[in-house]
Amino acid sequence: MARPKKKKNKEIFALGNEAVVEGALLAGCDFYAGYPITPSSEIMEIMAQRLPRIPNGSFVQMEDEIGGLGAVIGASLAGRKALTATSGPGFSLMQEHIGYGCITETPLVIVNVMRGGPSTGLPTSPAQGDVQQARWGTHGDHSIIVLSASNVQECLEMTIEAFNLAEKYRTPVILLIDEITAHTREKITIPNEAEFEVFNRTLPTMPPEWYKPYEETVRGVPPMPAIGSGYRFHVTGLTHDVNGFPTSRPDEVRELNERLFRKIDQFLHDVQIVEEIDTEDAEVAVIAYGTVARSAELAVKQARDLGVKAGLLKLKTLFPYPRKATEKLMYRAKTIIVPEMNMGQISREVKRVNNGQVSVRTINKVDGQIITPAEILKVLTRV
Amino acid sequence: MADIKGTQLIHEYLRHNKKFPHVFCSGCGHGIVLGSLIRSIHGLGLSKDDVCIVAGIGCSGRLAAYVDFNTVHTCHGRALTFATGIKMAKPGMHVIVVMGDGDSMAIGGNHLIHAARRNIGVTALILNNNIYGMTGGQCSPTTPAGANTQTTPMGQMEQSFDCVELCTAAGANFVARGSVFHVKRLDSMIMEGIKNPGFGVVEIMTPCFTQYGRKNGFKSPVEMFHALKKNVVKRERFDEIPEADRGEKVPSGIFVQKDTPGLEEKFYEMAARCQGGK
Amino acid sequence: MKNQHLDRFEIRLSGLGGQGILTLGKVMGSGLALGQGYNVTQTQSYGPEARGGASRSDLVISSEKISYPKAESVDLLIALSQEACNMYYRNLKPGGLLLIESELVKQPPVNNFLGLPFTSLAKDKIGLVQAMNTIVLGAATYLLPFAQQKVIRKNLEQILPAKIVEINVKAFNLGYKEAKKNFGDPEELWKANSVVVPDEDTDYDSI
Repeated sequence: MARPKKKKNKEIFALGNEAVVEGALLAGCDFYAGYPITPSSEIMEIMAQRLPRIPNGSFVQMEDEIGGLGAVIGASLAGRKALTATSGPGFSLMQEHIGYGCITETPLVIVNVMRGGPSTGLPTSPAQGDVQQARWGTHGDHSIIVLSASNVQECLEMTIEAFNLAEKYRTPVILLIDEITAHTREKITIPNEAEFEVFNRTLPTMPPEWYKPYEETVRGVPPMPAIGSGYRFHVTGLTHDVNGFPTSRPDEVRELNERLFRKIDQFLHDVQIVEEIDTEDAEVAVIAYGTVARSAELAVKQARDLGVKAGLLKLKTLFPYPRKATEKLMYRAKTIIVPEMNMGQISREVKRVNNGQVSVRTINKVDGQIITPAEILKVLTRV
Repeated sequence: MADIKGTQLIHEYLRHNKKFPHVFCSGCGHGIVLGSLIRSIHGLGLSKDDVCIVAGIGCSGRLAAYVDFNTVHTCHGRALTFATGIKMAKPGMHVIVVMGDGDSMAIGGNHLIHAARRNIGVTALILNNNIYGMTGGQCSPTTPAGANTQTTPMGQMEQSFDCVELCTAAGANFVARGSVFHVKRLDSMIMEGIKNPGFGVVEIMTPCFTQYGRKNGFKSPVEMFHALKKNVVKRERFDEIPEADRGEKVPSGIFVQKDTPGLEEKFYEMAARCQGGK
Repeated sequence: MKNQHLDRFEIRLSGLGGQGILTLGKVMGSGLALGQGYNVTQTQSYGPEARGGASRSDLVISSEKISYPKAESVDLLIALSQEACNMYYRNLKPGGLLLIESELVKQPPVNNFLGLPFTSLAKDKIGLVQAMNTIVLGAATYLLPFAQQKVIRKNLEQILPAKIVEINVKAFNLGYKEAKKNFGDPEELWKANSVVVPDEDTDYDSI
């Protein structure tokens, strides 16, 4: 038990969904728009309570998820830090606007509380079926950041992270959690202001008449003024030139599309967050994310007690897929086990990294139930 | 800038770094709407920085790129959702939404009625040319019965939407209908619409000769303007015409003008109470 | 007062929709987590079954980090309806305790159980049937060898709206008192349960 420290942080007993709200507000979120959907609705309900109480906070319930994300993009363009939360069916409706967010480089955060699918599926049961949709759901080739959280404390921390990455790289960031974590109450610690960093988008420093909205910069991320701040520019979902106006000139089109990838891909060390547990000498390693990572953690501990050199790579960033961390694991481990509440979405990525060096085993479960520690332990001890 | 007039005034508001020419066909009415919009904004004395034009997809969607305001060219049908976000985030901004008929009433129909119901403080200009122009002349929700389009080669069989009735029923604060032939009236309608609190709609009848007129018996764009002159009549006069004689005539003017405060006003009032009463 | 060290202790609260099961879980969980500093995960039945019919809330309590958040084999099952009792008594682990609403669970599935007429107590002694869940909380606090009456009660006072604090504290005390009167020494009751580590263990503050 942690003894009270000199200055005790505030602790609360909260749902995963509540922790998302706490994290968002700590990160400076001051706008929410969305549409109710199980099992994410608590995020919206609590935002409706909290946002009117903070200076400049605003909240609007839209007519559908398309409208929710549309309003979020509008607010972000107007200088706000904006959030929307949804689940599978709503997430599918948002896909068109995610692409708009990518090409217009609009910072925003979408929390998708994954439930069983396809379609209405299992609205109140957990799943991890939207992993590849988060990566590839919107049309057109694009780069995007997808994060995940495996417990209530991480819901808070990864929401802060999501906002920071969105602002830093001017991109939509998707945070995937699942129904279990969203609806589990746990004691969490609210960090003090000094304990976490808040990143805000870079504003232009040049006079408005010099400003080119999509000009190349050192980081590949152009500065972004708010609508109404004196920088009048054009925002469009059409492929545009550095001035923001539609273009179909191949050189300008290529430049934009390549920069959209490059701005994220050249900072993978900053974007890819993983947690390694007992991996130094692991001969058999589990790669897991979301609530399943909790089961995996216990299974690894139990396997160690039985003398198996087991380890866990917990993914907090799902995309861009943490290739380096996976490769490092494969230098030593002979077998990698990937348990998922789907028929194999991250294991696909693991196998792509693998190149046939190690044996990749999957544990797949799509019955609306969480994968238990025992189920992972069984495979851990057999290989 | 008070003394400048005509095209000189228009040029004050066009973007000089935008590669003109524009995308509109000859005979298109969209440019007239843009001129009218600029005159209205100028007439109201609004600062360029305080105006945000949000446009959908289609020919009308291209209007936004040409003018020197804050401009956002959004997704098909979704302009109102973006505008809602902008207005809620920056309630002091004059948000003007430019949409086409298919954009606003087919793919964006749900957003239109809910923006009206929600009474968000934006002004929507619906450029109704009775056709999907940019995609090549397919039937839209306002294509008249019997009309020949790419997707109704044997004639349009469905009912068409009456934008004014629709928005009135959905509870819009301001509803008007004008045409690009009656420009003076259009100027004042748009001006009234921007001034009015809450959600406002101005439906603007505008001809599309290239995709609609050619296939439906008009010999030239001029003929389409003549038709507008004949068919768009003031609502007072329209009411006097016996129902049997109305034919293709449509009433124009201001149909609804209420001063209910917009959602953003109500929200920030409530927020101020929440923050004050802590 | 020191906390007793716990490896993993699971409680399932079950009954009918409207009995306040979910609130009970939240209040008990926050008392043990925030008041006593244990690690607690609380999950609940969610969805169609939460609207009328059966209702369930699970707590996992531990001094260690809790990896797996759901209850698997239950140490204490509280069943406030016959249906819930029938459905969940199989999840009770050997040596675990069953606490029932003795008037609503007419046919207990096992011989070894503890019971109190919580609903009648709420109606007759408190005058508010909605306070039933708080009486259960009081009784459970007595039964749990690691729960500290004062801390749980204080947390209850903090978490509830001011208007209803007084009546709920009264209900809590009633539950505690009734349990003490009827159930005997809790240490004795838990003897068969190996999860509860004897108090001599002094290594528990190191985590």
